[in-house]
Amino acid sequence: MSTAILERLTALLGPACVGRDPSGLPRAMPDSSDAAALVLRLAHDEGWKVRLEGRGSWLPADAPADLAVSSRGLDQVVSVSPADLVATVQAGVTLDTLERRLAAAGMWLPLDPPGRPDRSVGSIVATATTGPLRAGAGTVRDHVLGCTFVTGDGKVIQAGGRVVKNVAGYDLTKLQVGGFGGFGMLTELHLRLRARPEQDVTLVAHGDRDHLTRAGRSAIEAGVSVAALELCAPAVVAEREWQLAARLVGPAEGVAAESAALAAATGLEWRTLAVEQAHAWWTMAARAPLGGAVTLRLGALPDGLDETLDLLDEVLDTGLITVGATTGQVRWSGDAPAAAVKRVRAVAASREVPLTLERAPWALRREAGHFGAYREGVGPIVGRLRDTFDPGGTFVVALEGEDA
Amino acid sequence: MPSPLAADLARIVGHRWVRERHAELATFSGDGLPTHRSEPKLVVLPGDREELIAVIRALHRLRVPFVARGAGTGLSGGALAGGDAVLLTLTRLDRIRALDPSARRATVEPGVVNARLSDAARPFGLQYAPDPSSQSACTLGGNVAENAGGPHCLKYGVTTNHVTALEVILPDGNVASFGSPQGEAWGPDLVGLFVGSEGMFGIASAITLRLVPVPEAIHTLLADFASVRAAGEAVSAIIASGVIPAALEMMDQACVRAVEASIYAAGYPTDAAAVLLVELDGRPAAAAAESASVHRTLQGHGARSIREATDPLDRARLWQGRKKAFGAMGRIARDLVVQDAVVPRSSLPDILDLIAEVGRRHDLTISNVFHAGDGNLHPNISFDGRDAALAERVHRASGEIVAACIAAGGSITGEHGVGVDKREYMPLLFSPETLSAMCAVRRVFDPLDTANPGKVIPIHACREWRAGGVP
Repeated sequence: MSTAILERLTALLGPACVGRDPSGLPRAMPDSSDAAALVLRLAHDEGWKVRLEGRGSWLPADAPADLAVSSRGLDQVVSVSPADLVATVQAGVTLDTLERRLAAAGMWLPLDPPGRPDRSVGSIVATATTGPLRAGAGTVRDHVLGCTFVTGDGKVIQAGGRVVKNVAGYDLTKLQVGGFGGFGMLTELHLRLRARPEQDVTLVAHGDRDHLTRAGRSAIEAGVSVAALELCAPAVVAEREWQLAARLVGPAEGVAAESAALAAATGLEWRTLAVEQAHAWWTMAARAPLGGAVTLRLGALPDGLDETLDLLDEVLDTGLITVGATTGQVRWSGDAPAAAVKRVRAVAASREVPLTLERAPWALRREAGHFGAYREGVGPIVGRLRDTFDPGGTFVVALEGEDA
Repeated sequence: MPSPLAADLARIVGHRWVRERHAELATFSGDGLPTHRSEPKLVVLPGDREELIAVIRALHRLRVPFVARGAGTGLSGGALAGGDAVLLTLTRLDRIRALDPSARRATVEPGVVNARLSDAARPFGLQYAPDPSSQSACTLGGNVAENAGGPHCLKYGVTTNHVTALEVILPDGNVASFGSPQGEAWGPDLVGLFVGSEGMFGIASAITLRLVPVPEAIHTLLADFASVRAAGEAVSAIIASGVIPAALEMMDQACVRAVEASIYAAGYPTDAAAVLLVELDGRPAAAAAESASVHRTLQGHGARSIREATDPLDRARLWQGRKKAFGAMGRIARDLVVQDAVVPRSSLPDILDLIAEVGRRHDLTISNVFHAGDGNLHPNISFDGRDAALAERVHRASGEIVAACIAAGGSITGEHGVGVDKREYMPLLFSPETLSAMCAVRRVFDPLDTANPGKVIPIHACREWRAGGVP
């Protein structure tokens, strides 16, 4: 069947947009929304199962399917507007490519997701993986003004728009951000940008965990405005103690004022990093979640951070943990059996803390699901949304897991 | 003699809270949109969450459509109920259920007035950031339905950026919980999907919101310009400079004169073609530096004079003129259409020229007061709705402005919603497939089309798709 599929894809898209993945699975690499629609309509009509993938640098490309549809052919930065601070990119553009392009124009996409710099923007959006900059710039959803996506039966949908404020119609973009490809394949994104800050300073302190989480809470209470305030476990920084890094951006006066406020509020001894050191520190923090085969994301309130970290300690291990000290976003990476993931999820849920399985081999994704069981009233809604945007069940994605 | 339906609902909420006499319904027949009125079949005012659920379940059993309404300040006709629809007024659900200063979260019922939440949070040094001009009257439930904005959303984000969790009563009376206190979702982002759904996916019965610190220092600048174009160019220059003002508002001469002739007079220069109101906030040193930077940008782009508010009272006065501008313009003519459209910020100078030209061609008084930093225009057309020919010209002019905004890469509404007012423009902005997808999503939440029927999506766009699982 694989050869037959390959031939049909080649007839549809031409040989340049078709190949095989390392395992020999047919792979379509459409270069436009319309081409993606052709592929998905064909797959839907033929009953083929599709695995969506970006560059394969974050989520393992291992879901069982008849073919892979990759966004790597969608690699164009369509437009960049410094006057509007908006960019339109195809979903397969890598973050480092986009960053270079924006930097040259004095702009910045304040997103520092976990993983490698060659992650596709579509993958970052589909998995809603926000990094330390969440503290000052918000989550992925706050940066996406609109998108084009293709449904499981090949319909092209334009959601949102290219302007920074827009309430026309229902906000279908939100369903795609963090939808793990369950509601469509992202093909194009409209992104909200910022002007590059005049200064970008990183400070680091170290100490024991509870002391540093307390420092984070003190920073919140004092109203310190940080771009990031990230806590990293000893295993991440390869040191004896935990480290807390603060990133301050803006005009020189603002950075100086926040820096002083941070020192006063936390009582910590902060060391300013040189530019290269700062880059290395944040790269290290971004790579940590790739350290194990499994990555979990938990959303606690800052008051509940210690309790959440204790829970991880108890059920899993301290391992590779990064924590947004002001945002309460906790990321753990390591190796964990499904039972342990489910146990953490259940205890966390009883404390109103959601756990998302961000990254794992297919067997674990299938069993535990990215989201696990839903809350009151949500399951039927998600089920009907899935049926709406993927009526043939074309996309192979495990949102709920087997127990849902 | 009450109707059987009124009697049924009265058993849930008490007779006092069901209205069906013509005289009682008049208040509920319109919202902030002057061009449309519609009398509901009856009005019911549930007093708490349990009554709300019981009412929705009763209506679902009887297959009676319903429309949720807060304070009725909406500007797109979204809370109008006609035909057989029952109007569910939520102003009695007005409790702030929780306010947690250390977590910076509040959980409120939908009928809580926007400004009341900030009042409650201020003793803790916190506030609720989205501040629609109607904030002293509009409810947070309505803000969620419309994804409301406001002047300070430029820096702080609109309603959707501040909602972390919702309890929703679905149109069949079942309850669903979306989001979490922190904001991380328990699944797909249904909070994000629900906010701005204009009352068509159900009714939010509990809303968890982020609170933000009250800034330590605030600088409010008023700059005036000899031409609207120059003011528009100054806006683009400020945005491109990297400073993110807390607010960046523009008013043109017609608007300034209306304000200055009213009780809300703020001391704006009436001979200016346009004024900009710019606010910078944050730590004292940073806000002062940003204020100086904006000062330079304004001067470099032809500001005739720049005045800075000297104290909180002066600042309040400058803002009062802006926030009450719509009220002030209400004095000019019998009716006022407050338009709402968005363009890329770099297009502001051109679009303002075009709006002026449309006004001249249709012989209409169009004034502009708007969120310039967001590119969110509010061209306001003053007229007398009793003159049918004039009303038709207003309608045509509105259509031309909307079309021009779309052509510039913008949108038909930035913060007021589609409601009934903008429904006809939706096909100009979205493809038939996208509109059909929206219809299908609506049916996921409301398979029987009973929650706020007929709004947002033109009916003809809703044929093709069926939501999965719908019989």
